[in-house]
Amino acid sequence: MTAVRIEGLTKKYKDVTAVDNLSLTIDKGELFSLLGVNGAGKTTTIKMLSCIVSATSGKAFLNGNSINDDSDKIKSIIAVSPQETAVAPGLTVKENLELMCGVHGFSKEKSKSKIAELSRLLSLDEIIKKKAGKLSGGWQRRLSIAMALISEPEILFLDEPTLGLDVIARSELWDIIRDLKGKITIVLTTHYMEEAEALSDRVGIMRDGKLLACGTPNEIKSKANTENFEKAFIKIVKGEVI
Amino acid sequence: MRMIAFANRNTKEIIRDPLNLIFGLGFPLVLILLLSVIQANIPVELFQIQRLTPGVTVFGLSFMTLFSATIIAKDRGSSLLQRLYTTPLTAVDFIIGYTLPIVPIAVVQCVICYIAAVFLGLEITVGVLYAVLFIIPVSLLYIALGLLCGSVFNDKQVGGICGALLTNLSAWLSGIWFDLDLVGGLFKDIAYVLPFVHAVELERSVLNGDFSNVFEHLWWVLAYAVVILIVAILTFLRQMKK
Ligand SMILES: Nc1ncnc2c1ncn2[C@@H]1O[C@H](COP(=O)(O)OP(=O)(O)OP(=O)(O)O)[C@@H](O)[C@H]1O
Ligand SMILES: [Mg+2]
Repeated sequence: MTAVRIEGLTKKYKDVTAVDNLSLTIDKGELFSLLGVNGAGKTTTIKMLSCIVSATSGKAFLNGNSINDDSDKIKSIIAVSPQETAVAPGLTVKENLELMCGVHGFSKEKSKSKIAELSRLLSLDEIIKKKAGKLSGGWQRRLSIAMALISEPEILFLDEPTLGLDVIARSELWDIIRDLKGKITIVLTTHYMEEAEALSDRVGIMRDGKLLACGTPNEIKSKANTENFEKAFIKIVKGEVI
Repeated sequence: MRMIAFANRNTKEIIRDPLNLIFGLGFPLVLILLLSVIQANIPVELFQIQRLTPGVTVFGLSFMTLFSATIIAKDRGSSLLQRLYTTPLTAVDFIIGYTLPIVPIAVVQCVICYIAAVFLGLEITVGVLYAVLFIIPVSLLYIALGLLCGSVFNDKQVGGICGALLTNLSAWLSGIWFDLDLVGGLFKDIAYVLPFVHAVELERSVLNGDFSNVFEHLWWVLAYAVVILIVAILTFLRQMKK
């Protein structure tokens, strides 16, 4: 079953083509990583798929819903953890989570149990009453991710989820992501190659808005003729592999 | 309800900012006290307590413009709003969610002013009740102005444009601080085409039990409020879809 089908998706800004004729399919329950150097177009792709930026041309379907025509439906089945930490600074950690439950229309009981679940999962218990704006960057990041996970999405977008997390928090987040694998479809971006290799079912490597290579980490390595995934990535991005 | 969850968050963000409360609630109070002291020494008809108080309560609503403009502009600059755009909240949810929390603040501000005025010798009549009641439609006008400014300008510009320009403009053209007949001519004509002086005269009439012109003034205020609100929604929608 296909969860995400992208057909010739393009986003042009005044002088740059951020995403250039991208075509790609992602299966249900798959964890797909978008890789690429800074400015490759990863975030723009996620923004178009989550309907906050309109595509210049091309189509994409999320569980059958078109990003061009069914954005309301899409918004009820996705969750996004943006590249920049996105929390309400004046609200406590708990209130931030309540906000997300509220905008997704959860009942009181459901909100309560989801908040308990997520704060346990991301170890937010100690800071649950603290104001989000007063937390350290890494803790805000964890909250930001919790806010994406809480809505029980069918498709989850994580834009550099582990950015700014300490080693332990990062490995805990990996565990959480692994646990979600197979249950929901996950599209994530990261600059950590070992992370991409360890977690992903498939990866897509982008440069200048174009998809250069796409496949399982093993396929990518054999394509680049190397045992090291990071080296394979570098070779592909530098154009040493056709 | 989804919108309520968002409105709750906005209420918290606004009332947890102590500067908001001190200025919003304290400044009109100071004005009433100060002008009453001056009035006691140099009597001016315009500053008699039953004419001064309705004026100050309307002037105090400029702060509501500032509150609504600031919160929207700040949100637009943060990634929180981007995140909320990926949830099922609609543009109308956003606009109502920003408007609703400010109405009670406007009412509280008005009540505080009237309590002070009673201590300064304002007679307690049913007119006071009407004055507080009619501050609600008037506050919609001022909040709508803020929504529009906040959807157009960034949070730095908002301080200058709403905080300084709009506050001054609405003050000069309102007949609160000087009698518009004193200037007359084009200035007066312009003032009467704009809603501010109508808002003040509406409040003055209902406080003093004169209902003959109420609806004429009310329509001016409401018509402006509705038109500005619609433009604000369209503007918000445009930047949301950009
Ligand atoms: N709002 C915008 N206006 C103009 N250009 C933009 C805008 N957003 C992105 N771009 C451009 O589009 C290109 C792709 O940006 P994007 O943010 O998608 O890259 P990325 O792969 O997420 O990079 P990073 O790894 O740094 O996050 C860049 O050249 C960027 O400058
Ligand atoms: Mg990015």
